[in-house]
Amino acid sequence: MPLNWKTGGLLLGLVFFAAVLLVKPIGVSTQFVILDGIVADAVSADLVTKTEDGYSSTNAYLDKSGGKYAKSVANPFNYGFIFVLAMALGGFLSVIARGGLSARERRIPALWRANFGDSPAKRYAAAFVGGFVVLYGARLAGGCTSGHMMSGMMQTSLSGYIFALGAFAAAVPVSLMLFKKEA
Amino acid sequence: MSIILAILIGLAFGIVLDRIGASNPTWIGRMLSLKNLHLMKTILLAIGTGSVLMFAGQMLGLVEVGHMSVKTAYAGVFLGGLLLGAGWALSGYCPGTGVVAAASGRRDALFFVAGGLLGAAAYMVTYPAWKASGLLDAIAGGKVTLGTVPGARYDGLSALPGDVLGIVLGLIFIAVAFALPERLSREPAAMQPAE
Repeated sequence: MPLNWKTGGLLLGLVFFAAVLLVKPIGVSTQFVILDGIVADAVSADLVTKTEDGYSSTNAYLDKSGGKYAKSVANPFNYGFIFVLAMALGGFLSVIARGGLSARERRIPALWRANFGDSPAKRYAAAFVGGFVVLYGARLAGGCTSGHMMSGMMQTSLSGYIFALGAFAAAVPVSLMLFKKEA
Repeated sequence: MSIILAILIGLAFGIVLDRIGASNPTWIGRMLSLKNLHLMKTILLAIGTGSVLMFAGQMLGLVEVGHMSVKTAYAGVFLGGLLLGAGWALSGYCPGTGVVAAASGRRDALFFVAGGLLGAAAYMVTYPAWKASGLLDAIAGGKVTLGTVPGARYDGLSALPGDVLGIVLGLIFIAVAFALPERLSREPAAMQPAE
């Protein structure tokens, strides 16, 4: 059972506030691009090159906004990337601290099992396809649930509201179609 | 210094995402299929709390207005939002919670992250076509906030004082969090209780 919404909401709000107080608003999905870039740059070294006044890339997306992403690919030890690694570690420690997940839950989440049975292949295929669509969508939108929806709406940014509208307009019907049974 | 903050804030974010159930696809699915809105209440309270603290902090001069980072509005934001929403419902993960779930031992989340890396790579490759389509062109002023925030480098969609508006909207988010019922429909009698 998760934390009561009053405690959980307050804590989550404090984390988003701390981020904008001390550094900048939270965002995650860019780092999928940066990791892709790091891997691709390791395979073909001419993807990102250092120029006189920064970095440039043969990939138009990494090269945009004055090579902002190219720079992060060349220097993985940057705020955004370390932030996501620390977030993963935080999740790991938190789960360990509350006794870890059951083997059953690690294999397939309860709600999925209640609706689609015990086939891991089916669940893993859905998660893979879901991941592809989520990150493709997030990059097209220029942000994800953290950057656009939480950080964006918190700052009263118009783009955050447009994003949230789109996300829920698709998520609710798809979820209603998929999950008839409640776990 | 910024790396230390990245570690501290990142750790806190990961811990809280786990503890509120956001990295558990079952709780995401219950929320998105409108069966149990507990997580929705959490999220609304968080946005409201963050908003009130940030804008009140700005008015008191305690929070740098320059730390704000407002993203551009364009048609692709809505389109991308639709895609993300569909994938979020199917997988039960968004980018941040998927990473947290993978780190917490959920095997399906590893597939989510792998799919995500491929999806992000696909976007990197197809980006020029989106750019050429005009769907990435700024609308309604681009990087704008709903009101005009004093001292911010962003324009306001309206001339309303952006900091006051931010606090009012934040309070509305908090009020909705309290008003929203945990369940919209009564639990079917034959159903086993949720955990």
